[in-house]
Amino acid sequence: MAAEPELQPDLKIELGKQGVFVTTLNELYNWGRKNSVWPMQFGLACCAIEMIATTMARYDLARFGAEVFRPSPRQADLMIISGTVTKKMAPQVVRLYNQMAEPRYVIAMGACAISGGPFKQGYNVLKGIDRYIPVDVHIPGCPPRPEALIHAFMTLQKKIAAQPLTGEDRPRHLDAEAQGEFPVPVPGAHDLEPPVNRLVWPLPAPATDLTAAAAKEPA
Amino acid sequence: MSATELPDLNTFLPPMIEPEGDLLEVAMGPHHPSTHGVFRMDVALDGERVIRLKPVFGYLHRNHEKIAEKTTYLASMPYTDRLDYFCSMTNNWAYALAVEKLAGIEVPERAEYIRVITAELTRIQNHASAVGFLMQEMGASGTPLMYAFREREKILDLFESLSGSRMMCNYMRFGGCRVDLPAGWIEQAKQIVAGLPQFIDETEALLTGNEILMARSQGVGVLRPDLAVNAGVTGVMLRATGVNYDLRKVDRYGIYDSFQFRVPLGDHGDIYDRYMLRVLEMRESVKILEQALPRIPAGPILDPKSRPRGFRPKPGEAYGRIEAPKGELGFYLISDGSGNPYRYRVRPPSLINLTILEDMCLGQNVADVVLIFGSVDIVLGEVDR
Amino acid sequence: MKSTELLLDELKSALPGVEIELVMNPSVSAQHSLRVAPKDALRVAAYLRDVAGYDYCSNVTGVDWLDKETTEKIRTTKTVTRTVDGIDGIAQAAEEIVEETVKRVEPGCLEAVYHLYSMRLGPTDPHPPVVLRMRTLNRIDQVELPSLTPVWRAAEFQEREIFDLYGIVFTGHRDLRRILMWDEFEDHPMRRDYVDPDDFEYEPTPHDEVLKRAEEYKASLAAELPVGEVR
Ligand code: SF4
Repeated sequence: MAAEPELQPDLKIELGKQGVFVTTLNELYNWGRKNSVWPMQFGLACCAIEMIATTMARYDLARFGAEVFRPSPRQADLMIISGTVTKKMAPQVVRLYNQMAEPRYVIAMGACAISGGPFKQGYNVLKGIDRYIPVDVHIPGCPPRPEALIHAFMTLQKKIAAQPLTGEDRPRHLDAEAQGEFPVPVPGAHDLEPPVNRLVWPLPAPATDLTAAAAKEPA
Repeated sequence: MSATELPDLNTFLPPMIEPEGDLLEVAMGPHHPSTHGVFRMDVALDGERVIRLKPVFGYLHRNHEKIAEKTTYLASMPYTDRLDYFCSMTNNWAYALAVEKLAGIEVPERAEYIRVITAELTRIQNHASAVGFLMQEMGASGTPLMYAFREREKILDLFESLSGSRMMCNYMRFGGCRVDLPAGWIEQAKQIVAGLPQFIDETEALLTGNEILMARSQGVGVLRPDLAVNAGVTGVMLRATGVNYDLRKVDRYGIYDSFQFRVPLGDHGDIYDRYMLRVLEMRESVKILEQALPRIPAGPILDPKSRPRGFRPKPGEAYGRIEAPKGELGFYLISDGSGNPYRYRVRPPSLINLTILEDMCLGQNVADVVLIFGSVDIVLGEVDR
Repeated sequence: MKSTELLLDELKSALPGVEIELVMNPSVSAQHSLRVAPKDALRVAAYLRDVAGYDYCSNVTGVDWLDKETTEKIRTTKTVTRTVDGIDGIAQAAEEIVEETVKRVEPGCLEAVYHLYSMRLGPTDPHPPVVLRMRTLNRIDQVELPSLTPVWRAAEFQEREIFDLYGIVFTGHRDLRRILMWDEFEDHPMRRDYVDPDDFEYEPTPHDEVLKRAEEYKASLAAELPVGEVR
């Protein structure tokens, strides 16, 4: 598929007024995907209760096509990491993620899933699930309100809608080369091995100016 | 010491069941649709019958106790919210009570009233959700849970206007409460409480006489009273076996003395009794609320002498406990005179109530294991801490 | 319900020869405790359950007492030899009182604490808990205590937890495994000298200490990198 010529939004609206609906394959495809995101029924901690509250009558996640919580990772598109990921649980979370079929997305819900949150000092608490798997949307909060989870859903929908089907930025399921399996950490004698997956959680560049250091070195 | 000197210890152990066929080992969890979170049961099955069951914990072990020993007394208060995340108010109260015992802090009367009111509201929403989750596991997918959550949202709104947060209230302080009731709160609470009996009636109309519920829960997961006492089971689980032990009556902490309410007791100790007791306890809680809301006195909400910041109790230790919706929630504190507790321990009712999970499940069908487990009403944040 | 002192007397007369002592609690709560020698623990526990009526073991927990170093000034008499009158004078012995600072290390121990109540008597007779304590000999290798699970099943998971987090080995426990941490784990994290695994990461948190550590961390990374290569 060649790069699609961009439709003028105004033109689309004008045509729509005349009863002519114009769309692109890309848009149609993503429109279908974004409105039927099935999350996995998977709760970890306190945030899971807010996730359940979101699906209930008052907040009604069904409005976003995402009320079908699937118990099996094989049938789910979205994993909501709703709560603290402990080191004992982290291997299972990564394994579940590996079992999900592409296209798959991850929402890290709450401070714990993002960084360890209030329990960051704990010896058994993973300091953020993005050490092992890629996360699409982070929602801060402890716990995030149901509205925040809904906002995360809408953010994810926007993200899905904006994905091009070809080219460099195409989603993983359309990229045969993309990494599909993520290494599952093993529990070790003192900590998880490895403590972090460098492919998804790279180190920030060191502050020390390396080129300056290298220039000095030969002398 | 030689064993002969020992009296007959009369040890309570789960019975051994001889399998008839080959054993099938099933690991239920930690990701399992029915296990209320991250909990694993290693079950050995002979056909449909459960021969062995070993619970595996720790998937939500968040090191609450270790963190609490590294920080000040007050800084642990928000962490207690996250123990049993359905009932942050009662968790706060238990911790505050233990510290008040340790340091000898008095609580003003208005604060005691607010504590009772919030605790009973917590109990109602916890029991309603517990019934809803139990029915969910029985296959009544959605409806009872949705009804329960509809009511829960109303109570959470109350908590939010009081403390600023829906679930993690962090509301109580040593010697009282953090903020006073906002204007109009009591009227709003009265209105919501007035609607609760109707909700309970509705739940009962749906469930109590329901044949499927009776067929699946009566005589299933029976717990004997002597075993329950010996295994330290508390809360609804204990009272469903007929043992009259409710800390609100036994310890008479706070001002529970001044309210008229009864402690419902079960006869059979099966799942149905536990369900029934939760419903009855909700009714009793409504009674307490109806008495407490109109009588709430004016006055300070925090003991003026209590100093939450720079709080350093004298060396010593204290164990304080309350009747949380899940059972006896206790805090054990050792102070060495510094600003941090030397030892900080939570007595988690959810964990200890699971001691007899194996006893209740042995010989039952595997489909009932999920139900029995659901009827214990646990929260993993408290089990693993 | 009897006070702890009375209960102690009763225990001593009913079970002659048991080593048991009263530990006072100076705080306002005044929940005093009984420290029992591990060898007698099962007998005392069985008596408490069956005769004294404490049928309910509420809370079981561990405490880690580190080695305590105390410095003390003591006066001792010492024989001091002095040379009087120059080099070849007479050596004279004299007794003198000298002040010395002595460092004493009280060996630490691990302690198991049981909180007991009575469910039978509870509703009619509110009572404070009976606190039963046992101490191990030290913190390193002699960390065995008798398990009280045969008496109170309630201790089953809680003793496993103490074994996991503190490393007390309960003899006679029917299923002593780690409960919260994974089986391969080797440390006992609730001990006070436990060191967390260093899973530090650079985080843009504006705490001085974190920032300092971040800079150190980055500098150490820079030192490890081959020259000229940029990560
Ligand atoms: S972010 Fe807060 S509410 Fe969510 S799991 Fe962590 S502690 Fe619980």
